[in-house]
Amino acid sequence: MPKFTQSISMLTRKRKDRLLYCAIWGSAGITILFLLWVVWHILANGLSHVSWEFITGAYTRIGEISGIWAMIVSTVYMVLLSLTFAAPIGIMTAIYLTEYASPVSKVVRVIRFCTESLAGIPSIVYGLFGMTFFVTQLGLGFSILSGALTLAMLILPVIIRTTEEALMSVPMSYREGGYALGCSKIYIIWRLILPSALPGIVNSIILSTGRVVGESAPVFLTAGMVTQIPESVMDSGRTLTVHLYKLTQELFTQNEWDQAYATATILIVLVLMLNLATKLIATKLNK
Amino acid sequence: MNSGIQLQAPKMPLLLKKSGDLIETSFKILFLCCAMAGVISVSTIGWFVFSEGLPALKEAGVISFVLGKEWLPPALYGILPMIIASLISTTGAIIIGVPIAIFTAIFLAELAPKWLANLVRPAVELLAGIPSVVYGFFGLVIIVPGIEAIFDIPAGNTLLAGIIVLAIMILPTIITISETSLRALPSVYKEGALALGASHIYTIFNVLVPAAKSGILTGVILGVARAIGETMAIIMVMGNAPAMPGSLLEPARTLTANIAMEMSYATGIHSSALYATGIVLLAFIVLLNGSLLYLNRKKAY
Repeated sequence: MPKFTQSISMLTRKRKDRLLYCAIWGSAGITILFLLWVVWHILANGLSHVSWEFITGAYTRIGEISGIWAMIVSTVYMVLLSLTFAAPIGIMTAIYLTEYASPVSKVVRVIRFCTESLAGIPSIVYGLFGMTFFVTQLGLGFSILSGALTLAMLILPVIIRTTEEALMSVPMSYREGGYALGCSKIYIIWRLILPSALPGIVNSIILSTGRVVGESAPVFLTAGMVTQIPESVMDSGRTLTVHLYKLTQELFTQNEWDQAYATATILIVLVLMLNLATKLIATKLNK
Repeated sequence: MNSGIQLQAPKMPLLLKKSGDLIETSFKILFLCCAMAGVISVSTIGWFVFSEGLPALKEAGVISFVLGKEWLPPALYGILPMIIASLISTTGAIIIGVPIAIFTAIFLAELAPKWLANLVRPAVELLAGIPSVVYGFFGLVIIVPGIEAIFDIPAGNTLLAGIIVLAIMILPTIITISETSLRALPSVYKEGALALGASHIYTIFNVLVPAAKSGILTGVILGVARAIGETMAIIMVMGNAPAMPGSLLEPARTLTANIAMEMSYATGIHSSALYATGIVLLAFIVLLNGSLLYLNRKKAY
């Protein structure tokens, strides 16, 4: 190739490279900017309205300070109850898939396929199902229990997949060593595999906590939106995300704006804390 | 993902006592029963959505349900406007979001210095964890008024607002999966290209991205699924009028919004029509998952 044409093509190549280089840096910049914008905008407008009275106060439509304590309690109930249903089932499913079943068997394929389909169903369809099945047909009514059962189905795939990964990362030698010492299978699972997979399992639980806290559409269709503190799991309750949604539908006075920002702030702080917890576990895992 | 790895524990020696055997077997059965929970969940949901949706489909007729332009319960059930709105909002979000997400993934995997990547990656994870109502709220206070001001229209609750919010929401999904697949490439690809004198950018776009194509496409498909399934943020910013959107600056209602808005008071055939809307939604998801399966099959061989 003559020197001249070569240098020409080198030049255009260089220019093209520089353009793409800018596009990459620019896109990363846009992503970060959007994140900072969303988080900063909400924290800047909301943090000053988060107070002890706001967090622990009762919700009133007209009061000067209207709290979100009932929503926090409902959210905590929802998280605890849906985890109570989903965590044991999810963890035992993962144990079955990694320790018992042969990875190529038909049963495993069916289970995997179903779990993946479960993960793909849009959350509103869960709400649709939960409202007819749990609320109406089983007669549970709009209650924390209906909501938790619906959400338990929704987080099951998350728990199964993450726990499976945790179990897979336990070295084969643990199992072999256990068998060599004549331990029974269930003993090996209970005393060797589960303890060493524990950080990963805790991680799966934190991830699904995030999912439960963040969901809204299936929650308001199954748990309702009553603003009282639920006295039992059969009471209707309003979670934080549903509360924020309801607040945004009636943004008229400054007070209502402040409440919405403050609620969004609480939600973002919650997500930050959950993310931090997963980070801490990850560093513990890598030690 | 896991199917390639044989992780089954070795078969038990024959020395077991009978009582131990019983305990072992009962635990195995317990675990198997739990594993069936997912299967039962999917089949119950599927069966329910279909059997509840069928009466409306029978009453209105499949063709006039899917292609009908009027949604006036309890008289007319046509969901074409919602299908169109779902398709447009998703396509728009993909057009805006996918390039930004893929470039950001390339940035994280290839260009960013380690300290910067270690700052950006948790930020992207945070973006993924923020509840959709918070995005909806952000859209309502920033994007909707912004559209009102820029285009000088009375109400900014439009298809465009939905597209922008969805574009932000699908970023983390696509970024995370694309970055993982870019990082998973064998380093010889890059070394080989660089050794031949190719520039770093040339290597990225002509060697690494094509090699990670199936992973990146998986990310995009999951992003599309998230956009199609998103409900609350859309309800908050898109205006929800169940009419055919004439332009991006008109309000619109997606399939998901249609269900969420009316489910709490619908009865009889109206409720059944919402289930039928769910069937259409599921059909989209099945289509997406089918293409995912196709992609992964190609990857396996």
